[in-house]
Amino acid sequence: MNKLGSPQELERLRESIIRSSEPNRPCIIICGGTGCVALGSGDVINTFKQEMQENGLDSKVDLRVTGCRGFCERGPHVVTHPEGILYQRVKQEDVAEIVSETLLKGNIVDRLLYVDPETGKKIVHESEIPFYARQRRLLLANNAKISPDSIGDYLASGGYAALNKALFEMSPERVIAEVKKSGLRGRGGGGFPAGRKWETCRRAEGDTKYVICNCDEGDPGAFMDRSLMEGNPHSVLEGMIIGAYAIGAHQGYIYVRNEYPLAVIHAELALKQAKEYGFLGENILGSGFDFSVKINRGGGAFVCGESTALMASLEGEVGEPRAKYVHTSEKGLWDKPTNLNNVETWVNVPLIVSRGADWYTKIGTQNSKGTKIFSLVGKVNNTGLVEVPMGMTLREIVFDIGGGIPGGKKFKAVQTGGPSGGCIPESLLDLPVDFDELTKAGSMMGSGGMIVMDEDNCMVDIAKYFISFLEEESCGKCLPCREGLKRMRQILTDISEGRGEEGDIELLECLSTTLVDSALCALGSTAPNPVLTAIRYFRDEYEAHISDKRCPAGVCKELIRFYILPDKCTACGICLRKCPVDAISGAKRMVHVIDQDKCIKCGTCLDVCPERFSAVTKGSSEELDVPAEPIPVTASKSKTKASDKPSTDSEV
Amino acid sequence: MNTGVEQLQEKVGSILDNYQHDKGSLVSILQDTQSEFGYLVREALVEISTGLEVPLSQVYSVATFFRSFSLKPRGRHLINVCLGTACHVRGAVRILEAIERELGIKSGEADEDLKFSLETVNCVGACALGPIVIIDGKYSGEMKTDKVKPLLDSHD
Repeated sequence: MNKLGSPQELERLRESIIRSSEPNRPCIIICGGTGCVALGSGDVINTFKQEMQENGLDSKVDLRVTGCRGFCERGPHVVTHPEGILYQRVKQEDVAEIVSETLLKGNIVDRLLYVDPETGKKIVHESEIPFYARQRRLLLANNAKISPDSIGDYLASGGYAALNKALFEMSPERVIAEVKKSGLRGRGGGGFPAGRKWETCRRAEGDTKYVICNCDEGDPGAFMDRSLMEGNPHSVLEGMIIGAYAIGAHQGYIYVRNEYPLAVIHAELALKQAKEYGFLGENILGSGFDFSVKINRGGGAFVCGESTALMASLEGEVGEPRAKYVHTSEKGLWDKPTNLNNVETWVNVPLIVSRGADWYTKIGTQNSKGTKIFSLVGKVNNTGLVEVPMGMTLREIVFDIGGGIPGGKKFKAVQTGGPSGGCIPESLLDLPVDFDELTKAGSMMGSGGMIVMDEDNCMVDIAKYFISFLEEESCGKCLPCREGLKRMRQILTDISEGRGEEGDIELLECLSTTLVDSALCALGSTAPNPVLTAIRYFRDEYEAHISDKRCPAGVCKELIRFYILPDKCTACGICLRKCPVDAISGAKRMVHVIDQDKCIKCGTCLDVCPERFSAVTKGSSEELDVPAEPIPVTASKSKTKASDKPSTDSEV
Repeated sequence: MNTGVEQLQEKVGSILDNYQHDKGSLVSILQDTQSEFGYLVREALVEISTGLEVPLSQVYSVATFFRSFSLKPRGRHLINVCLGTACHVRGAVRILEAIERELGIKSGEADEDLKFSLETVNCVGACALGPIVIIDGKYSGEMKTDKVKPLLDSHD
């Protein structure tokens, strides 16, 4: 492959790729993103290859493996092209039928179609599924169409046209002006105006400058960047090259989280291809602009998502942040002006350059332009990636797109912004997703993690979880964070274990103020957010733990007990056999009983008790009327319905 | 014939060459070293310190700062339990406790026979499948406590 030496050569190549492809050529598109691979799409892909070969289809029907298409709850996905039929939850054993029925005969395999839970109807085409129909996919659209290891696919979909335009039709200053005008704010959590940061970096003294792509994505529950880097790595590169041109940087770094092995592989491949084609290296497309990129992997430290800690890690040091009264855009990596942006921020750039800031500003709200990708996870029916225009309400995202709470449970809170964000209760569900609105409510946009919680989640436990996480991840450099988080965790643990005291809530609030005011970096200064919002919106739960030694949600182990209800137990014996500490006594036709002294509250009995009996329950400080010893069964075993399966038989 | 020490020096030397003995690539060098030897062998850290001209204390500091590194031998099978928020709200802690009970070890430890090592990770980005357990890079999702023993037993 000869490097492309001019914009004309690029466009000729693009045209030839498009000309040589048949747009309506039959194709089977299978998701190869980490989520679907974890659900077995690797086996599905291999079986398709085999079946298609055996049926003589491999020369007539293409097979394309794409990146994450976002509807992870329903994976593995198989989509037929050009029909656009979506099959969901496809297993290896389903492949033969898809090949024989759909590929060979043009029939639809009904049982693999998505069923709309609201209407009960089966939906054939991907575009009609409410989960997708309500999104506005500008950044994620190509994830469902292109193979991440094919630069040809990226070019055919218009890739690197924005780079062409930037290098040959726009000066660096003009590019910056366009990004400023677009109102693009950082998508990594800070929400700082990207154009302004670029401008500061461009104007900073010195000829050596750097650009960095932050793919550390440490917020647990967030996987937007994983999907973009895995599924469309060239879009990230294109954004970085444009940014480097605008800023005047000739060296870039992509810092990828160690826990994303597939993203690392695809990024490395994209880098190699970009070099071969001349999008990276010297004299890019004959423009005279040089730019190279290196990939570094993280080592599993959340704090390295913070820009100065990330840069320290790139310098071979421990990931300790520093004070930012001197901005990294003036003195960053190796004390040189450095512009760091998040993956999703970079992916917005080619869009803004090619379609213009005027178009971009029409999407979103006054102060939050464009779309945002959220990872909608937790206690929600449709778990996955959701891309919506800024300004859509949380309610629409959780219920209209997310499909609401599974199992008929009640919504309790949605946590946005990761460990730096807060829990938003039902009363605020009509808040729009907007940087400033979420901050006003005590939370923040963050990188896009959106964790839905229901009545079975305890807000003391959630706060304890976040503080424990941050205590472990704290670099230890500054005292407020190092000591403050430790004390907050101790207080929250005491509250969750029945040792809470009057004044604990006030002490947590006081410690929070100290951290907000004096922690060195945002890990410490935003750490109180989950605790403060939990106290603000769920104070009664904290008071129940402290005053009544009760966990209303039934989560905190020291405050709950498991019981077997005598009027429901049919002595099937499953819980007795499965109890890891032999805490359950019983016999045939004798109601089983849990020995509370032996019980370790692992919850196995609740998990394994067949749904049709539902004889195990949790209680907190209530005295339930249960026998102390096994007594004869009174409940009758009903006939097993076809849909009833004890949870021991449940498949992955 | 190369002695064990010479073999180690050769392997580490080759890793350092891959990164042009660049101090800034220390984290990546440590990752490749861990992939090569299964864990960060002390002698390898000494070689890295010499090769990069970085004090051993600095190498040690970086090796102990990042959670993906282990300075102790690991088991043949590495178990990673995801404790990210999405997995946590779906009961990941109970899965971790079930594994700890089953193997008789705590997170961060390996069993006596070095068959299993147990570690936790804060989000692997496959949140739709939570709670997740990864063994030797293979993901098992939607875990329940009663699936733990069969999963562990399926590994030799």
